[in-house]
Amino acid sequence: MTSDTVILEARDLQKRFGAVVAAQDINVKVASGEKLSLIGANGAGKTTFMNMVTGYLKPDSGAILLEGGDVTKLNPRQITQRGVCRSFQIPQLYEPMTALENVMVAIGASGRRFSFFQPADLNETVEQARAMLKRFALDPYAHRPVSELPGGVRKLLDIAMALVRNPKILLLDEPTSGVSVDEKFPLMETVMEALAAEAVTVIFVEHDMDIVTRYSDRVLAFYQGQVIADDDPSEVLSDPAVQKYVTGTAGPATAPAGAEKEAEA
Amino acid sequence: MHASTRRTYLSGLILAAALLVVGFLLPAWLLFTVTKAIGYGLVALGIITLMRGGLVSFGQGLVYCIGAYAAGLLATRIGVTEAPLLLLVGMVASGLVGLLVGPLIARYRGIFFAMLTVALSMVLYGILVKMNAIGGSDGFTLPEPTFFGWQPDVGTSDLALYVTAVIVACAAATACRLYYDSMAGMMALAVRENELRVEYLGSSVFNVTVRNFAIAAALGGLGGSLNAMALGHIDPLFSFWTTSGEFVFISVLAGHLSVGAVFVSALILELVRSFSNRYFPETWQMIIGIFLIATIIFLPGGVGSLFQRVLKRGPAAGRGESAENEGRAAP
Ligand SMILES: Nc1ncnc2c1ncn2[C@@H]1O[C@H](COP(=O)(O)OP(=O)(O)O)[C@@H](O)[C@H]1O
Ligand SMILES: [Mg+2]
Repeated sequence: MTSDTVILEARDLQKRFGAVVAAQDINVKVASGEKLSLIGANGAGKTTFMNMVTGYLKPDSGAILLEGGDVTKLNPRQITQRGVCRSFQIPQLYEPMTALENVMVAIGASGRRFSFFQPADLNETVEQARAMLKRFALDPYAHRPVSELPGGVRKLLDIAMALVRNPKILLLDEPTSGVSVDEKFPLMETVMEALAAEAVTVIFVEHDMDIVTRYSDRVLAFYQGQVIADDDPSEVLSDPAVQKYVTGTAGPATAPAGAEKEAEA
Repeated sequence: MHASTRRTYLSGLILAAALLVVGFLLPAWLLFTVTKAIGYGLVALGIITLMRGGLVSFGQGLVYCIGAYAAGLLATRIGVTEAPLLLLVGMVASGLVGLLVGPLIARYRGIFFAMLTVALSMVLYGILVKMNAIGGSDGFTLPEPTFFGWQPDVGTSDLALYVTAVIVACAAATACRLYYDSMAGMMALAVRENELRVEYLGSSVFNVTVRNFAIAAALGGLGGSLNAMALGHIDPLFSFWTTSGEFVFISVLAGHLSVGAVFVSALILELVRSFSNRYFPETWQMIIGIFLIATIIFLPGGVGSLFQRVLKRGPAAGRGESAENEGRAAP
């Protein structure tokens, strides 16, 4: 799957919020088709990284290149139109609408033009929306208002909406958070199955190291806004600094008190 | 043609036909009241279009007044008295103003957006009051309108204008219904629910807002030019904030679910106003207030939610338009 072409590059990204360093010296090259996971305790800067890549936050300095072109100054809409789509740590849905309608809006938004006098629920739109729901095993929820749906279902729907555009890069912010432990693997399995047919590059934030090991080609470990490790899952997870600051698996003598809890939160 | 599109056109036609027949049975005073209510309803139709995109304008008097003055000046200065032409000019003039003003205020939300619209309408009011060349605070009188060259006599002119109003209102309501049910209309509902996600799906919140504002402005101008002809006299009060307040009242009473409800609500307002003026002077604002409170408490989706309950539309036709959520803040 992974090729040598660099699809996304972050160069020297810096971002501060007052005294908080949310990103420091971030240099990352992502290869096309790669499955990259981001790990790190809460507040380490993972979401900030995604927010900068998608244009929601402007870095204080540094650049973001998409397929070699500078996209640092673009806004989320323009980034989305260039094929970088994302899901959110807290699913961003249209609450009173049904799951089907949520996907229909995503389809509408990805069309170049839409008629004012043709109904939104044209057969082809509805069929396309249903097919997308089915890919994520969401068809039983098609006609339920999303505000009534359980957490895992909302997570999947959030991802399904991001996938409507057939993005080149898909960013998933904690796809399995807020889901019970035994649901995490099936959920991730559903996501990866839905993506299997696509040559999409996936960057996802994950706290469960078993999922990280199973589903990523490469791992970036964040700590206080910096990337402290960038390698294969096995290499990163055996790195002493990562064990100390991220996974809390370095043993009681070196792990900071509560580090594990923090990482899981 | 899609089944729901055909149903919308048919409903528009049937309603227009029924209202035209009714027009020949109504007494003259009621014809005038209904025509004026249709003018108000058109402005409110614009407001509910905005409401569907998450915004309320408290200054629609601005476009109502511009439509009225555009029609009035055309009639008095250039001598055009053709009703259809005056309506068209009122609509286009306000629509253009909407297209100009829209981009300037489309980034504001909530109370800021609402107050900016009020401010603009009050600026227009202030200017018109000072413009003695076009009547200042007294305004001016319009000549009787003609209809395709035909000048109706005093007895039939109310009916002629009523017929025109019904046709215009049914066409506008049909067009709005088609827009609301379209993907573009669904996008407006999405903007109201979650702007961030709309942008993150690659669609422009700004475009949706400007579009809705321009549509609302055009409808406001249409209502203004119609009422200029119905009343036969216009003055700067068309742009006063209390006038805008009445439009908001009609819109809240109607809710944004049904395009017909705005006209029913406008008629309720007009009837309450004329009856209380006749039988209980100086009380109509109080009665209107009670109406509004009752609506917000017992019918948060507005009069339109009653229609929907009666008509029982299909599951896909709801399109996230829950009446229950209206008027209440999300947790
Ligand atoms: N918009 C913001 N304003 C102020 N501080 C922020 C903002 N976004 C993130 N931060 C801060 O930046 C740091 C990194 O946050 P974030 O990227 O959300 O971490 P993570 O996703 O790894 O948990 C945190 O200390 C957080 O409080
Ligand atoms: Mg985060």
